[in-house]
Amino acid sequence: MKAIDKSDFSEFVDNLIEDDDREVVGVQKKDSKFAFDPLYESDDLRLDYDTTILPPKKYFMPQRETLIEYNIEKGETTPVNRVVPRIILGVHPYDLVAIGQMDKVFEDTHEDPYYLEKRRQSVLVGVNMENVSDKSFASTMGTATIDSGYDLMLTDIGDRYAIEVGSSKGSSLLEQAGAAVDDAKPEEIRKVKQFKEDLPEKFRSDPEFDPFELPSLLKEYYDNDEFWEENSEDCLSCGTCNLVCPTCYCFDVKDVNDISLSEGERMRTWDGCMLEEFAEVAGDENFREEKAARYRHRYMRKGRYMYNRFGDIACVGCGRCSEQCLPDIADPVDIFNQMKEGTS
Amino acid sequence: MNEISQTKEAKVVNPEGSPYNPQKARIIGERQLTTDTKLFELELESGERLNQDPGQFVELSIPGVGEAPISVTSSPTRRLDSFELCVRAVGNVTNTLHKTNIGDTVGIRGPFGTGFPVEELRGHDLLFIAGGLGIAPLRSLINYTLDRRDEFNNLNILYGCKRPCEQMFEDEVDHWARRQDIYHEATVDFCPDNVCWGGNIGVITELIPGVDIDLDNTYAIVCGPPVMYKFVLEELDEKDLPHEQIYLSLERRMKCGIGKCGHCQINGAEEVLYACQDGPVFNYEKVKGFEEAI
Repeated sequence: MKAIDKSDFSEFVDNLIEDDDREVVGVQKKDSKFAFDPLYESDDLRLDYDTTILPPKKYFMPQRETLIEYNIEKGETTPVNRVVPRIILGVHPYDLVAIGQMDKVFEDTHEDPYYLEKRRQSVLVGVNMENVSDKSFASTMGTATIDSGYDLMLTDIGDRYAIEVGSSKGSSLLEQAGAAVDDAKPEEIRKVKQFKEDLPEKFRSDPEFDPFELPSLLKEYYDNDEFWEENSEDCLSCGTCNLVCPTCYCFDVKDVNDISLSEGERMRTWDGCMLEEFAEVAGDENFREEKAARYRHRYMRKGRYMYNRFGDIACVGCGRCSEQCLPDIADPVDIFNQMKEGTS
Repeated sequence: MNEISQTKEAKVVNPEGSPYNPQKARIIGERQLTTDTKLFELELESGERLNQDPGQFVELSIPGVGEAPISVTSSPTRRLDSFELCVRAVGNVTNTLHKTNIGDTVGIRGPFGTGFPVEELRGHDLLFIAGGLGIAPLRSLINYTLDRRDEFNNLNILYGCKRPCEQMFEDEVDHWARRQDIYHEATVDFCPDNVCWGGNIGVITELIPGVDIDLDNTYAIVCGPPVMYKFVLEELDEKDLPHEQIYLSLERRMKCGIGKCGHCQINGAEEVLYACQDGPVFNYEKVKGFEEAI
């Protein structure tokens, strides 16, 4: 384990912003919330945030992403991947777990070079959670602390950050900080251990389920129409829970023509299974017409389908969906608790 | 134009072998089948063969308009250097395709998905049940079996449409009717008074009782509008045809064709199926537990 004085870390970040070819992004205050945004000076970096509005998936799968450029008259198409190499500062462990899951999705069967190249050209600097949002249940999901999935991982230990190195990408980034980085002292290593041990106490205490019960609970509840109808009754089908979820990756593909109408770009845009038209086919047939069916689909996917396919529970407990749901019906803890109570 | 706020320039990488980049295909033939449906014959500009299996689909790509999944209607036994798509003009992509001329190029990605299990079907009786545009994917297998007629046992083709004018591939349907080694029946839901129609009038399920089904040896192959499956399957249950011997080609709006975009998922209590990977052709026994399948 390494360590660096906080003042030296700030200087290091400023130097990266100034000199590094890569874009430096980090968590910053945005009105009353926090967001990942490009950094212009290290003072704006808020490593003590609780959660960000959007997860960092937007850097690997942007909201609007070019897949090909085309010329309409010639019918020519050219695959184009616009990659901004980035140093991403302040990623929480649950988001790192989510990124690890997304990597598997985009590597599976047909590799997706767009996502994978953006991932390859980025450095993930994580930070252990100092503050925890009211809605987060990452400790229940086992994603509050991690041993891998980052390039560097910071922990606030007072005047200094302890730094765990998770990859060669991370260690070469750290080399740029030069002599300011030294080996962590034994008591600092103990502090990090203590920090992680104390962390679960900061989380909400109401989850009553174990994440690995979720696949079987969901299977049991699949046919319980009343359960899904009751819980989705106030759903606005707005798709916010999809958009803010760090493990949602469904997309639409659209052609966007430029003003000359002779050229344009085929783009991948974020989509969401909670939106009414998501499962529509020609002739206006809709295979998931009822909001209860869409609501169920989202949970099945988080807690069972992705587990079957990749071995991951695709809810990392960040709490963003429940935090940002207008009718306040998206809290997974509430759903999973109800299932657990109903079956116990 | 698409990047989120940035302080550093994006590097442009041309991803080799991008699964989203279509290859050019030239339209070398077209034929009006009904008022809103045309048959297009295409060849890949690269000179390569599409090499599709019966029942697979392609993403038809028109730069500036978009993409749509279309099943390949030609049999790989019949055309080697070209392939056919049977397309109804119902959306942006399909309407634009209908306005193209011979010699124009479009984009093609694929073929994608799992087609009909030809090896399993070989040596058996086949019962084709097609409703409306559902004839398009079935035709690839029908013509496959006709071209290798001795590899299959009895062939039965039931084909239903709303009205006589909506029946497609008339020449081929006539050919089926003339052949002694095929049992063929056609039906329409409705026939206007001034139209001459020699077939049945009524829904397609009415034709099923008339088919001589050897339960040990028959596979049913079904494709039609979503509403048709339920009734056809009930009628096949009347006949006691084992569900393992029924194959369905299901329609979903696949955006990517490679199991990523999420649009074609068919969910069930156990697992989720991807129509673009696990299908579009599914075994009924395997898919019947999936609430969203039918």
